Amino acid sequence: MKKFNSIIRRITHIPLFLPLLCLFLVLIVNLIQTPSFFKITIQNGVFYGYIIDIINRSSGLIILAVGMTLVAASSAGADISVGAVSALCGAVCVASLGTGDVYQMPYIVSVLLAILIGVICGIINGFLVSYMKVQPMVATLILFTAGRGIAQLVTGSFILYVKPKQFGYLGAFLPKVPIPTPCFVAAVVVIITWLVLKKTSLGMYIQAVGINSKASRLVGLNSKMIIFLTYIFCGVCAAVAGLISVSRTMSIDANNVGLFVELDAILAVAIGGNSLSGGKFSLMGSVIGAITIQALTTTLYAMHVSADQLPLYKAIVVIIIVALQSPVVKKWYRNLRSKVSTVEPVKEVG
Amino acid sequence: MSDAKLSLSKTEGSNVFGRIKDKLFGYNFLLFVTIGLFIIMYIAGLIVYKDKNFGNTQVFLNLIISNAGLIITSVGMTMVLIIGGIDISVGSVIAVTCMMLAAMMEKGHIGAIPAIIIVLLFGILFGALQGWLIAYLKIQPFIVTLAGMFFARGLTAVISLEMITITNKTFLDIAKHKIYLPFGGSLNRRGVMVYPYVYPTVVLALVVLIASFIMLKYTKFGRKIYAVGGSEQSALLMGLNVKRTKFIVYIINGFLATLGGIAFCLNTTGAFVELGKGFEMDAIASTVIGGTPLTGGVGNVFGTFFGVLIKAVIETFVSFQGNLSSWWSKIIIAILLGFFIVLQSLIAMKKEKKR
Amino acid sequence: MVLRRVLFRRGDNMAAGNEILTMRRITKNFLGVRALNNVDFTLRANEIHALMGENGAGKSTLIKVLTGAEEFESGEIRIAGINQPVINHSPQEAQINGISTVYQEVNLCPNLSVAENFFIGRELKKFGVIDWKTMNKKAKKAFDDLSINIDVTLTLDNYSVAIQQMVAIARAVDISSKVLILDEPTSSLDDSEVEKLFSLMRKLRDRGIGIIFVTHFLEQVYAVCDRITVLRNGELVGEYAVENLPRLQLVARMMGKEFDDLAAVKRERSEGAVSDPVTVIEAKGLGCTGKIKSFDLSISKGDVIGLSGLLGSGRSELARAMYGADKADSGELEMNSKKLNIRSPLDAMQAGMAFLPENRKEEGIIADLSVRENIILALQAQRGIFRLISKKDQEEFTDKYIDILKIKTSDRETPVKNLSGGNQQKVILARWLLTNPDFLILDEPTRGIDVGTKTEIQRLVVSLAEQGKAVMFISSEIEEMLRTCSRMVVMRDCSKVGELSGDEITQDNIMKAIAGGGSV
Repeated sequence: MKKFNSIIRRITHIPLFLPLLCLFLVLIVNLIQTPSFFKITIQNGVFYGYIIDIINRSSGLIILAVGMTLVAASSAGADISVGAVSALCGAVCVASLGTGDVYQMPYIVSVLLAILIGVICGIINGFLVSYMKVQPMVATLILFTAGRGIAQLVTGSFILYVKPKQFGYLGAFLPKVPIPTPCFVAAVVVIITWLVLKKTSLGMYIQAVGINSKASRLVGLNSKMIIFLTYIFCGVCAAVAGLISVSRTMSIDANNVGLFVELDAILAVAIGGNSLSGGKFSLMGSVIGAITIQALTTTLYAMHVSADQLPLYKAIVVIIIVALQSPVVKKWYRNLRSKVSTVEPVKEVG
Repeated sequence: MSDAKLSLSKTEGSNVFGRIKDKLFGYNFLLFVTIGLFIIMYIAGLIVYKDKNFGNTQVFLNLIISNAGLIITSVGMTMVLIIGGIDISVGSVIAVTCMMLAAMMEKGHIGAIPAIIIVLLFGILFGALQGWLIAYLKIQPFIVTLAGMFFARGLTAVISLEMITITNKTFLDIAKHKIYLPFGGSLNRRGVMVYPYVYPTVVLALVVLIASFIMLKYTKFGRKIYAVGGSEQSALLMGLNVKRTKFIVYIINGFLATLGGIAFCLNTTGAFVELGKGFEMDAIASTVIGGTPLTGGVGNVFGTFFGVLIKAVIETFVSFQGNLSSWWSKIIIAILLGFFIVLQSLIAMKKEKKR
Repeated sequence: MVLRRVLFRRGDNMAAGNEILTMRRITKNFLGVRALNNVDFTLRANEIHALMGENGAGKSTLIKVLTGAEEFESGEIRIAGINQPVINHSPQEAQINGISTVYQEVNLCPNLSVAENFFIGRELKKFGVIDWKTMNKKAKKAFDDLSINIDVTLTLDNYSVAIQQMVAIARAVDISSKVLILDEPTSSLDDSEVEKLFSLMRKLRDRGIGIIFVTHFLEQVYAVCDRITVLRNGELVGEYAVENLPRLQLVARMMGKEFDDLAAVKRERSEGAVSDPVTVIEAKGLGCTGKIKSFDLSISKGDVIGLSGLLGSGRSELARAMYGADKADSGELEMNSKKLNIRSPLDAMQAGMAFLPENRKEEGIIADLSVRENIILALQAQRGIFRLISKKDQEEFTDKYIDILKIKTSDRETPVKNLSGGNQQKVILARWLLTNPDFLILDEPTRGIDVGTKTEIQRLVVSLAEQGKAVMFISSEIEEMLRTCSRMVVMRDCSKVGELSGDEITQDNIMKAIAGGGSV
């Protein structure tokens, strides 16, 4: 019994155990349902298959989850405006390119413009959270509502279509490249973020501020500025995700771009084993979390659940995971375990 | 040292102005801003839209008629904000309420009254679940109700993906029953005296408003809500049951959200998946604009009523203007909400500094 | 006033045995440490009884045991009017038994009116709804009776902390009125507010209530109390009538050395090592409104300057003002003959300061980060975001300091929260030593850690000074300061009141300075 316990403990202490377990479970279910799940074929010169599809579709979510991870780590909250900001940035991109046969302005300028809008949204959120001390989710609620409204104004409440074929490259395939472009974009975002966190001290700063902002101030960190920066970064992530999304459909529908993604992003962070109340985080955990969510979505689609019904199941998963993270439940669990093993946990004298 | 009478108050003795000033500023200040804002907007409407009969009593009553559901829901939201929480699930709860009503009456052939009762029970259960997670498991209200929002929306879609129109006679009779006011009539073009009217939902909304006002101000439970919102720790030390208070507030909120949904349904007489999207924002915005800060402990349901009226006036302006997209009203409300949040945050910071 | 007190005291003597609360042989262990050891405490009706003692003396534990916030192992508590020994399981239960507590932080709801705070949980009703009119009237009367003239319909946050405290007191005695515990109620009050609080306390005493008054301010004890109980290291030192215990004696009893032994303390430190003092840091008129009054202070290389004074005397506040942890709003600071403009702790760090805060858990360690990260954090912050210390250097630095300071940790990647208190403190010391500062501020570096580690830290302080650093050392334990400090600054009532150096530094002198000029 003891040996079994220690084995269990060793396994559960592997980093990223929880996210990997979740992903594994989802994949198993899929494999049973669809034996051809892992098959990858080449059609029309590009890779094709369930797995590719999941990775492709999860790209946007991965990017959002990266931003959300940093926001949650630094400010113990979530940015719920990411979906609306995505829609707004997508709308700005499409509207600035126009619906004609040729772009109204160079593609790159339009992309930069969209990212700039993302930065501005991040500045608004970050300012409210760090300098005005508004609770993160309340602060981001403003753009959560207004974002889509502004997007509708930008598009004149129409669904706009972009004609030049190149526009679809970002959301589909580059010519002669068999792997979907969003995968590259997501990889680039993850790698750049990872490098920045590794090669500068920002990663440590964000965790320190999230864990103990008072102590962080006394060792010379500018807590407010660090929180502010994570929101701006999250805004940029939302913009990039929005660009991918509009490119996928070659159009902008401000009502539907990035709909419900805020929940998915929060869920990805939570499944990634990250606490939503700030502190230590694992970027890779969130990435795996995002893929898990997309796999779950794809699975549910395969089970003929309609897109509108999906939130029901996801909400249940969120609540279960968050409830398991809750200090009250953890205490129950600890009590239960200490009753079993009778070993008193070592407490520390203040 | 003698025991001379101590004059400790900063508003010494009979200084009436000092007392009035103290009552005016502080959090009540927000309520005055709200009422002032409404009056200014209404007068502005009277001037700008003079030719469109903005001053007509019926136009004013329409502000309430079209927002009866919102008033009921916002009253619940007010209590949740006073206790220091938040609920963003109400929009979806309204959708699922309408959908359940429609499905039960049209597909299940259940009578209107039993259907309404079942829906209200659902609301209580839903509120209890959210309240339990928040009060007893101590999960952030935002996360719980965010999940609740998606849960209810998904449930709506599970019940029916298609739009359902309600044809139940009892239900429609209630919906279309006009209650005429005995005053404020005007002559129409044919010279017949027409009295302004309201629907039963308006009466329901006003009853809820007044009942909640009494509960918040004149019952022990109501005062507990304020105490818990003001300082959870102090409330605990003063022997109040903090967890149970929170739990019950979320139950009431769930009940009022479904009641609001029923009022909403009486207006729309139909249900579809996308119904009430962004409604939670309207409820939160109305409450916050009505002078209930997000920090808890302060708030007034009549302020919320004015908050709803302000939102309604903005919408009326946008629709009277004719050439404006209806999205403008959402954007204006969000800006107003941002303004009030910043104002409240500044007041809170100033109070903290004073300590 | 004098007359009244004499009269009263006679009454007290006549009613000897008028005990309303007796605690006998109370013992409480706190995770292996004996927090209270056979402590007796007696409270009589009509008296204000000061409970005195330095940090860790057991005052707060005794109060917690009494109010049911903590359990105790043995001993018994008796309350007048209750026939059997009382064990309170919660503050509410204590209140039912007649014991109410008012803390320094007012535990009332700032958003509710004064009257409502007075009545909450037991509101008056008429026809099933709250009767505001009667409630306001009754509250007004209750406050009038106590000579507190305030508008009870205004919300509590309109009033100063002093009034809020009085409201809390009024509520407490209205609910149950045998024993009233005031736990450091005066810490955030100014002089006139304190005087008003005192007259309220006297009024309540004359009504027959027994008041336990916990405070760090000696003057206040002599101004208002009738009797003093002194605790030290969890044991009872004694119970005294105020007139029998002069101030100096009280300080000596609290600090733990009998008055006669004082001369015998030796100093380990070699004296006069620094022949030509080089000023490292100089404060001119530095002050922070509401926290520390303006002070001048200059510290030289090799100096270990001790800040002595009772808790709440402004020791930590002085240190925080110099470091910029609380922004100073008057005066100036010069370091190595350069004028500093400190807007945040980072500025102070860049100038060569280091600061080990008083409250290790809340302001020192970053619990979930590893030992390594906690150690390099300050140096990294000094370097900025882009000049990351290489992994190799990080590990090297960490290992070096784990070795030098003998930090007990399974490895350098262990979260610092898993270390014991003493080792956590060493980690913070390592964090600052790594930045190679010219001036170190150590605020209670030895609090709550074991004796062995204490000595190590004291040695470290002395050796740092010998290396030519300037050190500011704050401690509640006077012996420790005598052993390590070369100069001593004495603090009282949020201001610097004196400086001792060389042979002047004796326990005797320090205590006299702390106790202040006026003796009772």
